[in-house]
Amino acid sequence: MEAHVFSNLAVVVLLALGAATVVFVRRNRLWSEALAELWRRRRFSVLVVGLYVLIALLDSIAWVGGTGANGASIEAFEARSVIDRLFAGTRESSYSAPLADHAFYGGKPLEAPGTHLLGTDILGRDVLHRTLKGARVALLIGGVTTLIAIPLALLFGVTAGYFGGRLDDAVFFVMSTLASIPGLLLLIALIMALGKGTWQVCLALGVTGWVGLSRVVRGETLKLRELDYVQAARALGVSELRIVVRHVIPNLMHLVIITFVLMFSGLVLSEAILAWLGIGVDGSWGQMIDQARDELSRVPVVWWNLTAAAAALFGLLLAVNFVGDALRDILDPRTLREDG
Amino acid sequence: MLAYVIRRLAYGALVVLGVLLFLFVLFFTVATPDDIARRALGDKATPEMIDTWKANHGYDRPLWPWQDPSDNLLVSHYTSLLGFDFGRSDVDDAPIGQRIREGMGPSLALTVPMFVIGLGLGLLLSLFVAFFRETYIDRAGVFLCVLGMSVSILLYIIGAQVLIAQLLRWYPISGFDPDPDVVARFLILPIVVGVVSSVGSDVRFYRTVFVEESSRDYVRTARAKGAGELRVMAQHVLRNGMIPILTRVVLAIPFLFTGSLLLESFFGIPGLGSITVDAIRGNDFATLRVMVYIGALLFVLGQVLTDVSYSLADPRVRLE
Repeated sequence: MEAHVFSNLAVVVLLALGAATVVFVRRNRLWSEALAELWRRRRFSVLVVGLYVLIALLDSIAWVGGTGANGASIEAFEARSVIDRLFAGTRESSYSAPLADHAFYGGKPLEAPGTHLLGTDILGRDVLHRTLKGARVALLIGGVTTLIAIPLALLFGVTAGYFGGRLDDAVFFVMSTLASIPGLLLLIALIMALGKGTWQVCLALGVTGWVGLSRVVRGETLKLRELDYVQAARALGVSELRIVVRHVIPNLMHLVIITFVLMFSGLVLSEAILAWLGIGVDGSWGQMIDQARDELSRVPVVWWNLTAAAAALFGLLLAVNFVGDALRDILDPRTLREDG
Repeated sequence: MLAYVIRRLAYGALVVLGVLLFLFVLFFTVATPDDIARRALGDKATPEMIDTWKANHGYDRPLWPWQDPSDNLLVSHYTSLLGFDFGRSDVDDAPIGQRIREGMGPSLALTVPMFVIGLGLGLLLSLFVAFFRETYIDRAGVFLCVLGMSVSILLYIIGAQVLIAQLLRWYPISGFDPDPDVVARFLILPIVVGVVSSVGSDVRFYRTVFVEESSRDYVRTARAKGAGELRVMAQHVLRNGMIPILTRVVLAIPFLFTGSLLLESFFGIPGLGSITVDAIRGNDFATLRVMVYIGALLFVLGQVLTDVSYSLADPRVRLE
């Protein structure tokens, strides 16, 4: 299957999942109240995160056809996303400053003067275009990592915590083994062994994230197992599997969500470090920052590349951190205010 | 008590053996000796070149003991790393052990001051913020922390280098000289960057601990008997909050030895972090294995020490 078909399908699946979540939340009083509270407290941050998600989705819907840059060329036969199409025909030959009408070095007139809001990079690509495309990469890293880490963490954390015994010993041993390798070194070791590439990085981040998450899940399951309502369900003869699915996992979800949202910014920051080490994901903001580093020593200095990528990264992380903090305050009963 | 310490040490040793197995699986079976040779030699390597490379670097032996009980990679992987005989680099045949001994000094010269200043500053700021909890000072403090946490360390480094070294021309932008008279000149900038980049998340963590601690009953009792707010903070909250803080601090100590990958590499400090970065860039799997092993070993050691010191302080821990 071609990459863009897969990407389009993924968008459809994501939208369906989103719709299903909305239906679930509306029916569930706890979650709809929590989200209403989140909206009340952090409206702006939620909107910012939403904007990033929207850009990432728009960049994931791609099709072949239409006119390429500067009239024709190969681009007409490549799959290009909605975002790519907004920037069709804006390729220059090299650097140009934001909104300039001539090239940065040499002063030749541009193909599309005054249209590059954030200028162009060394290959003449529009910086705003590349920055917007970075949103997809960042959310892909976060999203794929979640898809790997959360199911694994629930499976291992809950079985270890709930059933205990030898199984718990074994899972706990694997967790403490992986957890005793410093995070960044573990990431690097995994990527070096698996090879470079987007999926390898996501897999490595997923494994690293899994360790932290399943420790939290296991600890909480140990507590939940002894609670009265679980004991009551067991006394009524409810099967173990049903207790886990109906009574244990739903009461873990708030912790999973809090841990994950707080972990997300760490994941994206780690990717920036990996990009600098040359083992990151293509097209990420980390890569843009890394490439832009040398441009600062040019005279006159080329600052727009670094600024754009850094601002985009900072904006996303700030919004996610604020949402995560608010979610923790709302969902975690331990942090309720004294006067509340 | 002794039984607990022995049990804890034994479990730590078991975890180290587990880490070694994980490393073996990762670097000998997921990435096979053939992969490693091909990455070292490039795409154009002939099968003969790969075989010679493997023979030169000792990768040509069978992997598992059941293939050859006397001479295999699994056993030699365990015996050499456990015996601190780290062998030679895959890239330039330099002895890894000697390189690590040389890198330890510069790494510690950077990380120890960074750790001490960071801890002091973090505690001071978080106590200040927690003292004014639920006021605008507190909110502004937490806001600044989140702001600081959202910036990539790459940006702190680039920003510092451009601002201070390129625009103001104050410090040597990078490099290192072990001479005690001038060493500080090279270290001030990376230390400042290291402290600033981590102070946000530290202060936020410590503040949460202090705020949680100051809503406990014993604090209310202390206030009720007339202790001043400053005394409550310094004598009760700080002392009781030290337990979760110490956990975080003790677990950070092993990383002093492994150095900071980014700071060392950017500022040209020839420490363990730089060695690791060079190993990644040069596909030097032998060095990388050793660095991961040392990192894990120190981490396990730190954990055992924390647990043992806990059980000394709090007898309830031993019941677990």
